[in-house]
Parts: sequence; C-alpha cells; structure tokens
Amino acid sequence: MSELTAKDYRTDQEVRWCPGCGDYAILAAMQSFMPELGIERERSVFISGIGCAARFPYYMNTYGMHSIHGRAPAIATGLATSRPDLSVWVVTGDGDALSIGGNHLIHALRRNVNVKILLFNNKIYGLTKGQYSPTSELGKVTKSTPMGSLDWPFNPLSLAIGAEATFVGRAIDTDKAGMTAVLRAAAAHRGSAFVEIFQNCPIFNDDAWAFVRDDKEGVNRIPLRHGEPITWGPDRSKALRQRADGSIEVCDADDQNVLVHDAEHETPSLAFALSRVTQQRNGGTPVGVFRSIERPVYDDLMAEQLATATAKRGEGDLAALLHSGETWTIS
Amino acid sequence: MAKAKPVEQLSQVIVRFAGDSGDGMQLTGAQFTSETALLGNDISTFPDFPAEIRAPAGSLPGVSGFQVHFADFDILTPGDAPNVLVAMNPAALKTNIKDLPHGGTLIVNSDAFNERNLQKAGYATSPLEDGSLDEYQLHSVPLTTLTIGALKGIEGVTPREAERSKNMFALGLMSWLYGRTIDATVAFLEDKFAKRPEIAAANVKALQAGYAFGETTETFAVTYEVKPAKLQPGTYRNITGNQALSLGLVAASRLSQLPLFLGAYPITPASAILEELAGYKHFGVRTFQAEDEIAAAGAAVGAAFGGSLGVTTSAGPGIVLKAETIGLAIMLELPLVICDIQRAGPSTGMPTKPEQGDLLMVLFGRNGESPVPVVAPRSPSDCFDAAIEACRIALKYRTPVYLLSDAYLANGSEPWLLPGVETLPDISTTFATEPNDGDEFLPYLRDDVTLARPWALPGTPGLEHRIGGLEKADRTGSISYDPDNHDLMTLLRAQKVAGIANDIPELEVDDPDGDARVLVLGWGGTYGPIAAACRRVRQAGGSVAHAHLRHLNPFPRNTGDVLRAYERVLVPEMNLGQLSKLVRAEFLVDAVGYNRVRGLPLRAAEVADAIEALL
Repeated sequence: MSELTAKDYRTDQEVRWCPGCGDYAILAAMQSFMPELGIERERSVFISGIGCAARFPYYMNTYGMHSIHGRAPAIATGLATSRPDLSVWVVTGDGDALSIGGNHLIHALRRNVNVKILLFNNKIYGLTKGQYSPTSELGKVTKSTPMGSLDWPFNPLSLAIGAEATFVGRAIDTDKAGMTAVLRAAAAHRGSAFVEIFQNCPIFNDDAWAFVRDDKEGVNRIPLRHGEPITWGPDRSKALRQRADGSIEVCDADDQNVLVHDAEHETPSLAFALSRVTQQRNGGTPVGVFRSIERPVYDDLMAEQLATATAKRGEGDLAALLHSGETWTIS
Repeated sequence: MAKAKPVEQLSQVIVRFAGDSGDGMQLTGAQFTSETALLGNDISTFPDFPAEIRAPAGSLPGVSGFQVHFADFDILTPGDAPNVLVAMNPAALKTNIKDLPHGGTLIVNSDAFNERNLQKAGYATSPLEDGSLDEYQLHSVPLTTLTIGALKGIEGVTPREAERSKNMFALGLMSWLYGRTIDATVAFLEDKFAKRPEIAAANVKALQAGYAFGETTETFAVTYEVKPAKLQPGTYRNITGNQALSLGLVAASRLSQLPLFLGAYPITPASAILEELAGYKHFGVRTFQAEDEIAAAGAAVGAAFGGSLGVTTSAGPGIVLKAETIGLAIMLELPLVICDIQRAGPSTGMPTKPEQGDLLMVLFGRNGESPVPVVAPRSPSDCFDAAIEACRIALKYRTPVYLLSDAYLANGSEPWLLPGVETLPDISTTFATEPNDGDEFLPYLRDDVTLARPWALPGTPGLEHRIGGLEKADRTGSISYDPDNHDLMTLLRAQKVAGIANDIPELEVDDPDGDARVLVLGWGGTYGPIAAACRRVRQAGGSVAHAHLRHLNPFPRNTGDVLRAYERVLVPEMNLGQLSKLVRAEFLVDAVGYNRVRGLPLRAAEVADAIEALL
C-alpha cells in the first residue's frame, strides 16, 4: 500500500454544506486522520442517515452509504456483523441519532457491534431549517416552538453510557488535535465507540458551543486523560472531585481529593458522573475519552458461534440437510 | 391379545384434533401426521390455533385445532370439513361441531364434560346426554380417567403430569383406529423428554394404553385402513411452509455461494423461520434478532452491501414498518429478499390466521415509483422453490424481491418429494472487481440485458463508491436533481423489473378437457382449494381451466393472452379482490372475484360452487 494522504480521501463531489458549517472542519480532520490509521481505504465504510451531517459519506473517498433517517446504526450492524474485516463508521446528527433513530443507537451500543458512531451535535434541525432537536435546551425558541420548547433535552453521553456503551468520547469541531486524539482512540477500540462532536450550525443555532469552540486558552474545556488528575484552566488551577454521593464538583487543583480520571473503570458510574458535568452547572465542559472498556464484541461472538457450530457438526451439507428428519421412500 | 377387529377400507379421511391450548393438540396432530406420512399416504395438514399462548382453560377462545387429511391418492388441501372430530373438552366441541357433517365420527373426552367446563363453553345441559349429538357417531371416552389409571405406578410423575399425557392416550387410540404404528412417536417422545425419563415413560405409556384401549374396548367395532398413495417415486419428508422456506433460503445461499444473513424481529407467523435458520450456523447462516422490524430490514441491507444474501422476514404489521428500507434498497439497487408471511389484517388483525391481504401493499405500499418483483409459493413444500426463485431474481437484477407466503402455507404441511441438490438452479452471481469505464468505476453502469448495476463490495481496491437514497445520475451514481435524469432513472428502474418477465416461465393453464370457457385464476396459497374445486367441477361433468400465478410482478408475459382466451375469468382470493383489481387494470379483463376473508383457507366446495355459477 502506497502512502495515502488527506487528498486521497477527497471525492469529486462538491461539498454542499453552508459556509462556516462545523462539518467542514470535521471532514477535513477525518480526511487527514484516516491515512494514519493504517486501514486500507477500501476497507473503510461510512454510513449515514439523514440530515446535514448525513452528507458526509459523499465526501469521503471510501465505500459509503447515505441511507435513511435514523437507521444508519442498524444498517452498519448488518455490514459490520457480516464483514468483520471492515472498519465501519456511522455519521449521524442529534435528530438522526437521538430522535428518529434512538432505538437503533442504544441497541447498537449495548450489543457492542464493531462500529464507530460519530454524532455531530449542533442542538438544532438544520436540513429541515431550524426546528428544535432532542438536544436543544428547554425553552428553545424555534420556528416549531415559537413559545419555547417543552421537552427536556437528552445528554448524549449520559444516554450512551446508560445504553452500556463500551467507548464514549467527546470532541469539538474546531479542535483538530483533540478530535483526532479521540477518533484515534475510537478507531483502535474493538466494539462500538460513541463520539459526540460539538458542531456549530452557523445558520440556525450559531454559537451554541461558543464557550468551548472559541476557548483557545482552555478556560472552559476540561481535558480528560486516563490516569491523570482532572484539572483545567489557563493555569490548570481548577479541578474536579467526587462528592460522597458520586456526583462531581469543582475544587482547587491543590485539593487532596482531585479526581484521577479512570476511563477503564469497570462500572460506568464515574463516566456517567463526568457526563453530568456541564458548563451551566460547573463552569466547564469535559472533552476527551470518558469511558473505554473491553467487552465481548457482537460480531466476534457471532463469528465464534458459526465456527463452533461448524467445528461441532462439520460444514453444512445441503443434501443431508434436505434429507434430515423422518423420510420415507416410494419406489 | 384381543381378537382382531374387522378392517374397513377407506380412500381418504380427514381428522381434526381439537382441545384446549394447553392440551397439546398441535403436538398430537403433528405426530399423527408423522405416523401417517411414514405409511405412504398423501397428507395435507392445517393447524388452527389462537394467538393467546394459554387462554383461560376450558374457554372458547382457548381452543386449538389441528386438521389432517390423508388419502390413498394425491390430495390438494387439508379438507373443507373433518370426517372425524376428536374433542378434548366442551369448548372444543362447541367451536368445532358445526364443521362435522352429520354421520361423522365424534370422539370426546367425557371426563372434561363437567359442570364448570360446560358452563364455560356455554352449554346449559351436557350435549353428551341431551341428545343433541344423535346425528353423529359419538364415542364418549373417559380419556383423563383412563390415562391416570394407566400411569399409576410410574415414579416421579405427578397427578397433574399424568393428566397432561391424555393427548398421547388420544393419539394412541386414533393410531389404532386408523392402523398407524406408534413406533415413531415412541422414539420421538423418548428424544423430546430425554432429560426427564419419567415424563417420557408416562407419555409412552399413555400412548400404548390408548392403542390397547382401541383393541379391547367394544366402543369401536371396526378399524380403518387407508392404503398408501401412488405418489411419484422418490424420497419424501413431511414439511411445513416455514420449514421449506427456511431450507430454500439455505439452499439459495449455497447455490449462490453467498453467506446468508437474516435480519428478523419475532412476529407470528414468521418467527419459525428465524428460529429454524438460527440452527444452521454450520451453513454460515447469520441470524440477527433485531431491536425492531426496521432494524431487521436495515441490517439485511447492510449485509447485502457487504456481499451477503440479505433476507428479512415478517408478517403484515412488520412489513409496514420495513417499507422505507425497501424503498432504499430499490434506490440502492441491492439484492434483498423480504418474506411476508401474510396474516389476517388490518393492524394486529388475527395473528395466527391466513389472509392474502398484503398483495397491493407489497406492490404499491411505498413512496414514489418503486417497483418490486413479487413471488408467491402455492403450497407448503413449494415455499422451498419459491424462496430460491426470489433469491435468484434479487441477485440477478439487484433488487429487493417480495416472497408472499401466508399463515396457511407457513403452518400447514404436506409430503415433499426431496429434490436432488444437482437439480437445483445455479443462481451464482458476480461481483465487480475492476473499473468498468476506462480507469473509472461507474456504480450505475447497467448490464445491457438485465439492466442490473454492478455489485462492488467494500474491500475491493479501486472501486470505492458511495450510494444512497437520493436520486442519482445515470451511470455515475452521483447525486442528481436533473429533471430529465430523474425521468430516465425512474423509467430504468421500472424497465428493469418489467424485463424480468422475459426470465420467468409463461403462465401454464390446466385445462384437461381443452374446451373450457371459464378460467379460474389464482395466486399463492389458494392453489390447493382452487385445484380441488376444479377437480370437483370436472368430476361433475363441467369444464374449467385453472391458471395459478407464482410471479405477481411482473406477470408472466403471456398472462394477457391466457386471460383473453376465456369467456369468463374467476379470481378466488382470501382478500376483497386485490388480484382482480390488478387484472382489470393491467389487461382490461372483466374478472369476477370470489372473496372470503374468514382467516381460513378457501373451501374447495365453495369455490366449486362459484365456478359452477359461471359455467
């Protein structure tokens, strides 16, 4: 295999997102990151549902499918399960994954199918022109909610952790280095990986993530590094610690009980508690890998069952199968 | 040893076992069928059971039945009405007695006719004593008492378990009455209850006791014999439609050299296919029990993208949910087989009862111009061949294909003349391996003859491409909103499916007299009753022709000519006239419908009447 570059992952299709859309940055990061994965281009498959983010596969020069609203995790499950040799990626949005496709998302995660699910969260419906989404904050005023939305939003990471996800991470569209690190870890994870990417929609929900997107000094980003104390701020003076009830609060970095991040902890409690740390509540937003544990992978288990059955019964013989059960002969 | 009783010869018998859902009537019927098949009779069975697993004991809705028709000639249906009814309780008698013609044999478990059960069934007085059954040959047998008596002394069997063996006593009695040997059932019971030998022993004992009771009791003066049928030479096995369909899918996987991937969500009456295929992992079969019907179809499409033979199975309420995914498969032009085991609708309808109500849905129940080929089996064993045919079309034309079975075919059974593997069709397909336009790979460059597009699998270097639900440009497959391109692509998709007419057999007409003026046109699961009806008409001196559609989209290319060659066309269907509507629209033929939606197979006698009315 000759050395590939980002250029090899571009297609001849004109990219049709709005100027300033966060999707451009994610696409560029993905295209420049793929060559370093060491996976042949032809073994990479991007599958999407419907929405702005769902156009992603058209712009990646790999195999791809732009499918139907919310169903990408189901389609990817069929592909990944029948083709363990492929690297299967799902690109989805907050409406696609959490509203119409919520059921497929949680089941793909609990099964631990070997797919990488990237949720571009812009907290709004873009392609249908600006209705509130399942991650929009309560009271969101949009064209479909002139007096404000009434439903409490999902926290995508809490949902994924609750759905037994074995890998959960968060990245920011403008933070190429941070996003690449999370994606690299997701790609290396055998099983399903769920990554929420904060993505800006400049048309219908501009600056929804301004507090972390524009936060070059690290005032609001709380980087999570496995095995390291969780501290942040320009001078790394702030930190997180766990209360007796398991919830998390902000403390000084020199506090005795500063939390040391453990993404590989057996129970999901810590990752869940971290997923509840928000800008609004705590003045900071964790990014990075929240959880990464090993659990049997659905596709591997299925392949094992096939191998076991074949070892036990021999490779299936069609003539013998047809003649199985009670037979009788008429001469 | 009791003195042998006189043996009376019969040409055919229709037995119906009816009892409470918990009485084991399906097992009893299946074993009686098994014994009968081994004797070489032709058989046809029809299980008729409620959707409730255990409706309140003794209640009318809880009655479960199993009808088996066996004969010394080739038969076409499980029979309109039984000659012999075995009723295990008053509710079973009440719901089934109206089907037993006067003079028919009635065997009842008299122990179950207590006040409580009579009340539950709505009997004011016991029909065993009030003379209301005088028109039948009534055999009132205390099955429960006899069974419990016979099982005394078997260690570890509770009185409740002993009582539950009464179905085997009934089976033993019936086996004796019709000269079936019980060896196969003994072996079956020993295998089924291998982990609980005392239960196996109890059931075997009850079976033997029932057989011996027949020999010794004076209740039955004669036994009956039905000689083997003169069937085509070969090896047979008894098979249900769902089993045959499952084996057909496994065979198609082998014949196409593609791994089978089944996406399914449990639903009556299709679940048995998922369960059956789950046992064929050593054939490389992957079964995926999905979170819902949509995911089941989606996963099958995903697997098809990766080069598997993708299949999804369901019934009406689930098929509705899959419509969107099937639309996607039409747009992607990937092979997919969707099995719809039709049941009575709309909505949840009657889950265990057959109907042909989904024809128009599978043809037209999608957005946009979205043609899908449709194949419908005609009998339980034909589900095997029809499954292979559906896979053949899907693979060759890169299209979703519907396989339309129904609850009658799915659960009914008949002897199946086992085909030699070497006689099965070659349905192998090819994948794209290199660019098809200079250095470029065009995913929508079509085959000149089939109009199918190339199937390039992920993992193939140099053929990386994207497909999706948006309209695509001819040849390149790029997104296109060009008006003329959409017009062209719509026509191409339609022409591709229409062209399959050149690749399927012409419609055959069964017109033995050659002078019929009336044609009966049927499709799918009504083959048996219609063919039996035509036989009746002919035996009565009438002339009638019968043609039966296996392909409903496209129709065989001679269909119009066949229909126009007759003065009258009768279309019997288990719906309100869906094929009639198509025939009228497509061929301008003034078809007359015969339509019944009772959740039961059509009755041959009634179809014969409908034919006679047109002669």
